[in-house]
Amino acid sequence: MTKKLMKGNEAIGEAAIAAGAINYFAYPITPQSEVAEYLCWRLPEVSGVFVQGESEVAVGNMIFGAAASGKRVFTTSSSPGISLMQESISYMAGAHLPVVILNIMRGGPGLGGILPAQSDYFQATKGGGHGDYRLIVLAPASVQEAVDLTILAFDLADKYRNPVMIIGDGMIGQMMESVEFPEKYRDENNPDDFDWALTGADNRPARITKSLYLDPKKLEDNSIKLAEKYKKIVEAESRHELYHVSNDNQLLIISYGTMARICQTVIDELADEGISVGLMRPITLYPFPGAELYAEATKKNIKRVLTVEMSMGQMVEDVERYVVGKKPVDFFGRTGGIVPTPNEVKDKIRELLKPSPKAKKTKSSRKKQIKG
Amino acid sequence: MSSNLITTFKRPESMSDNTTHYCPGCTHGIIHRMVAESLDELGVSGRSVGVAPVGCSVLIYNYFNVDFIEAPHGRAPALATGFKRVRPDMIVFTYQGDGDLASIGMGEIVHAANRGEKFTTIFVNNAIYGMTGGQMAPTTMPNQKTTTSPGGRDTDKVGFPIRMSEMLSTLKTPSYIARVAVHTPLHAIAAKKAIKRAFQLQVENRCFSMVEVLSTCPTNWGITPEASTKWVESDMVPYYPLGLYSDPDREET
Repeated sequence: MTKKLMKGNEAIGEAAIAAGAINYFAYPITPQSEVAEYLCWRLPEVSGVFVQGESEVAVGNMIFGAAASGKRVFTTSSSPGISLMQESISYMAGAHLPVVILNIMRGGPGLGGILPAQSDYFQATKGGGHGDYRLIVLAPASVQEAVDLTILAFDLADKYRNPVMIIGDGMIGQMMESVEFPEKYRDENNPDDFDWALTGADNRPARITKSLYLDPKKLEDNSIKLAEKYKKIVEAESRHELYHVSNDNQLLIISYGTMARICQTVIDELADEGISVGLMRPITLYPFPGAELYAEATKKNIKRVLTVEMSMGQMVEDVERYVVGKKPVDFFGRTGGIVPTPNEVKDKIRELLKPSPKAKKTKSSRKKQIKG
Repeated sequence: MSSNLITTFKRPESMSDNTTHYCPGCTHGIIHRMVAESLDELGVSGRSVGVAPVGCSVLIYNYFNVDFIEAPHGRAPALATGFKRVRPDMIVFTYQGDGDLASIGMGEIVHAANRGEKFTTIFVNNAIYGMTGGQMAPTTMPNQKTTTSPGGRDTDKVGFPIRMSEMLSTLKTPSYIARVAVHTPLHAIAAKKAIKRAFQLQVENRCFSMVEVLSTCPTNWGITPEASTKWVESDMVPYYPLGLYSDPDREET
């Protein structure tokens, strides 16, 4: 397998082709426009479909229509554009359609900025649109992982007939790293293989792709069907990675995406000072690796759990939810496009691990901050 | 002898046996039938996909033996674009009302037409929001009373009704755009012809096609079905002239 040096955004575009997803609809937005610029010439080479829509509202609905065909379809955007797609995402979830959506996150709220951020965690994992639905959410930490997770995303979307969102901060999209692609690219899906795809009611009853159920019992049934699907996803699809985790760890960091890589540097440098810190990096943000987090965080040697994000504190709420008060949960984050430096994170850890006679073991410093 | 009787006026094969939920005097049923007849006559029913709107005809899929996808409000042309692009071998149509197409979905229809997407749109214009209970639409006539314009549409404050066929026919991209009505048998014959031609052009992979059909809403207009057909003739047709607005075979003037 040959290695290529590629920008994250372009590598993700190529990965989709490798997954047999050659139908792409998008609207330009920084910092991910390179995906469209790459695919607009690359897709015709593989007889794929490239459409630049008039807005993210339209693009979300184009992939909605295209996904009903049973073929693999996808779009890419960045935070404000993803907000505009929430209408179609809710509908596609309600209609059990497989699509893949990439969000190369930039700072918000509002128009925000164009620099890397992780402040769309809530939107991605808690449902940015209306109704009882969930997305499978994947968070790559390198360009190679972005490629691997893009291919996985299409498999998961098809397997569960559910939208999958890949969220990467702007850095994942913009940086260049060496990547490998599978030697054999996947063929396109054959719509005739699916009993739900709209292929024409030729000698079979008509199929309807819809999310409208005027009868409340039927609507509840659909929500129950969705909930059962999410339960299976939670049981089977949680993924995470551990770094430097040992019985010597005094503190456990929880961090994802680019931020987790910076935390690896933090851990290496603190090890030189004799401070032992481990990292748990969720790869799936939904399903969140909660049971695994509980197991790691509640180990005797762990004094505190620190969540590090490029946000004002979003994933930390899930961390608190799974640590259930067994250990103090702290937070460190920068946002608005500011990426925390290793030194900032190290300072925070040193401060947290400083013996303080006043500090009660069970209280989290985050709670104190809020109270104070 | 009953055994010698044969049915000559049959339900189109593309239509299901379900009874429609439409109000008495509403012309959705007639327009549905014209779409179904066209699909039957062109022999494309088995490779067709309809896109349902939000509005009175949201349940259109209950009345057809054709695959359907139900769109968010106004977005049918975006869904149709997505589907048709990945399955150019299939026949794709949207069926939309005036609130759906001319208000919330204005952006989607304009850009789909401008890209020359090769699907067909049936645009049912009855000058009011039906399903939500008779509110003012972009196509509501001047001085027409609705629940959100109880004193009549005040054109000083909300402007004049939008003429979609005229607007879309200003686009340079080749298209087929016609406005028809179904309030008399004569008009219905012309309407059917236009709808069939719109689908025919799609079968030939020629261009975007849209047929605007002037329709009635006795319930929300607050008049009888008979008076409604007269109102189409007296009030709507003069403002919304019937005819061919764009044709791919017509030389540009």
